[in-house]
Amino acid sequence: MPDLRHEDVAAGFRKLFGDNAGSATAAGHARAGMLDVLQGFIHELRAAGLPVSMTENLDAMRAIEHIPMGDRAAFRAALGATLVKHHGHWPAFETVFDVYFSLRSAQWGDIEGEAKLIDPDVLEQMQAADGGAMGDMSREELAELLLQALMSMDAEQLRRLAAEAVTRYAGMEPGRPVGGTYYLYRTLRQLDFDGMLDRMLERAQNEDGAPANDLDERLQRDEMQERLQRLKREVEEEIRRRLVGDRGVDAMARTLRRPLPEDVDFMHASRAEMATLQRSIYPLTRALQARLAQRRKRRHRGSLDFRKTVRASLSYGGVPVEPKFRHPHPSKPEIMVVADISGSVASFARFTLMFVYAMSSQFSKVRSWVFIDGVDEVTRFFDEAGDVQEAVYRVNTEADVVWVDGHSDYGHAFEVFHDRHLNEISPKTSIIILGDARNNYHAAQAWTLKELNKRARHLYWLNPEPRSYWDTGDSILSEYTPHCDGVYECRNLRQLEGFVSDVVVNR
Amino acid sequence: MAERFETVDDVSERLRSADYLPNAQISSVVFLADRLEKPVLVEGPAGVGKTELAKALATTTGSRLIRLQCYEGLDEAKALYEWNYKKQLLRIQSDREHDGQGGASWTEIESDIFSEQFLLTRPLLEAIRADEPIVLLIDEVDRVEIETEALLLEVLSDFQVSIPELGTIIGKQRPLVFLTSNNTRELSEALKRRCLYLHVDYPDLDREKEIVRVRVPEIDDALAEQVARVVRSVRQLELKKAPSISETIDWARTLLYLGVETLDAQIVEETLHVLLKYQSDIEKARKELATATADAISS
Repeated sequence: MPDLRHEDVAAGFRKLFGDNAGSATAAGHARAGMLDVLQGFIHELRAAGLPVSMTENLDAMRAIEHIPMGDRAAFRAALGATLVKHHGHWPAFETVFDVYFSLRSAQWGDIEGEAKLIDPDVLEQMQAADGGAMGDMSREELAELLLQALMSMDAEQLRRLAAEAVTRYAGMEPGRPVGGTYYLYRTLRQLDFDGMLDRMLERAQNEDGAPANDLDERLQRDEMQERLQRLKREVEEEIRRRLVGDRGVDAMARTLRRPLPEDVDFMHASRAEMATLQRSIYPLTRALQARLAQRRKRRHRGSLDFRKTVRASLSYGGVPVEPKFRHPHPSKPEIMVVADISGSVASFARFTLMFVYAMSSQFSKVRSWVFIDGVDEVTRFFDEAGDVQEAVYRVNTEADVVWVDGHSDYGHAFEVFHDRHLNEISPKTSIIILGDARNNYHAAQAWTLKELNKRARHLYWLNPEPRSYWDTGDSILSEYTPHCDGVYECRNLRQLEGFVSDVVVNR
Repeated sequence: MAERFETVDDVSERLRSADYLPNAQISSVVFLADRLEKPVLVEGPAGVGKTELAKALATTTGSRLIRLQCYEGLDEAKALYEWNYKKQLLRIQSDREHDGQGGASWTEIESDIFSEQFLLTRPLLEAIRADEPIVLLIDEVDRVEIETEALLLEVLSDFQVSIPELGTIIGKQRPLVFLTSNNTRELSEALKRRCLYLHVDYPDLDREKEIVRVRVPEIDDALAEQVARVVRSVRQLELKKAPSISETIDWARTLLYLGVETLDAQIVEETLHVLLKYQSDIEKARKELATATADAISS
């Protein structure tokens, strides 16, 4: 895609859609303005990493012609359906959409009702109830109103109260260079967000009586959780809307840019990002397995299947036009994973272990060890638990991995591993080592890997650090590299998936 | 040609009349598919009603549903068209027998055996040549190999099929085309570019409850609500396979047959196997639902 400036593209499109956009009606102006905004929007989507082609761009323009301007949900659906072709990209799309179209709308006519101020009728009601406008409410009154809105799930009221809470508690100042999350947590803390769940449950009990049984209680709790999430979203949206007003659309979109899920760096992932990644493990491995099975079937032809060939020849009068082949049964590799679980690389190791175990049907056997300066086999946790998540939790709490001081010592860990398990390694075994090779200036003991690799089918090393950091400071990867069949940078899901499908299963 | 739907709301209403409850997203995309005359690629977890959407649309627009079920190894001969070899052979043979002098010349025979009457139409060609309104459903398109996808491209973008011996066959009308995918592999860019994209996810509480009520009309409101709530809670657990809408409906039916009026933990435990299909999932859900004060979902 040539890097056209989006203003140029917009001008081009205005020519194309000239009849409509050029008309002197208000709607015509609105459309023309919309085309400009849309080009900026698409430009930003591309900057956020979404692949938007020219065809899709044109489709989006055609699509919004058919959508009534007032229907925000349909408008969003139209842009989504034409521009976003991958579900993982949807959150990025939504963020950019909010930034571009939640505040800008006023420019081409009143698209949203929600931009309006508080409905006078409601205001009156509230005044009657509380004896004052919102601005005069005390802190307790606001909290009470919020609680009521949450209990009755009054969406409109909730939105208004969220806006009010932001005005009061976020302490937003124009031009202040802090991110939206700062304001979000300020507001939520002032609202006592964490204590709200208990108050809601208490309120529900007072109104409807105690839940009949544990199940009801659990369901009620989930429902309240859901409502609180909704409140949080409202507050977040309100803050974002105001920030856009303050800083302008383009700047805001830039600060909100997030890596797509498959590009999130393991070593710097936030908790929420890690949770999203973990949730994607099962669907992902299932997809990967289906794909691998398919590929394996097609890749090698086996020997001629005489019986099937004769059968097929019958439809051509006995001439064997279509030879049939047997599908070979490929041997499944046996996997040994040896993972460093010290501080900085722990989340990477945990995630990779989960991934490997979720894929375990592709391997004849999976065994795993974790180490810091001591090494411990953890296969038993996975065998016993049956649930990968639980097993990883037990690995963290129960594995015996500290030998002297709890600082990574690759040399010692490899030596112990070598002494204990060398005899168990067969020519069918692939060994995968996970770690950043930061050895705290201990001895490397690289000969152990050489010995291991001699017996094993393959030995790979996955490093979660960027390639440019390798061999800097106390990282001694290059001492191990000569004894590995491959050393791979594995910073995100995309790279991990690539490694498993291209290297482990296919060789 | 005449549009099938007036407005987005019209789509929603007519889908409802066919017992399919769309959300705003689904209705909007269907509406656009009709206006822009583009195929829709529907993705989402198994059992959220992707195929059902196409069926409901066929019902409500009074169209014939033509379905191409994709599978590994699907080829041109099974998706587009095939020459009827056996009939062609018979034709050549009968010519030889009836006329010892070698009556018909080769060119005559050739133009004859590569004509319409020796053509076996397969779903895609059938959809193109149909006179009546059509909804074309290409189901589980992610199952075909990536090379085979190319075979769909001409149909999807121009709605025509080129047959070397006959020339290009152009569709008489534009059907609504739906492709579904369970996302077991990434589809090619070329295919995605030609389609509108619709991701269907598990429904929210209200929609799920409504779906249960429509699909299991005998169920009463309170139970439907409870069912939907339990399913939502179960879906929040980290499971190998979250319950789909069809499983929710099965579960509601099961409860109805068992004569259950209100749910409690024991009944849920006993019938959980209708909802979940992995033993480890069942055990996890059983454990989780039994403890009311589970860890709050991380905010």
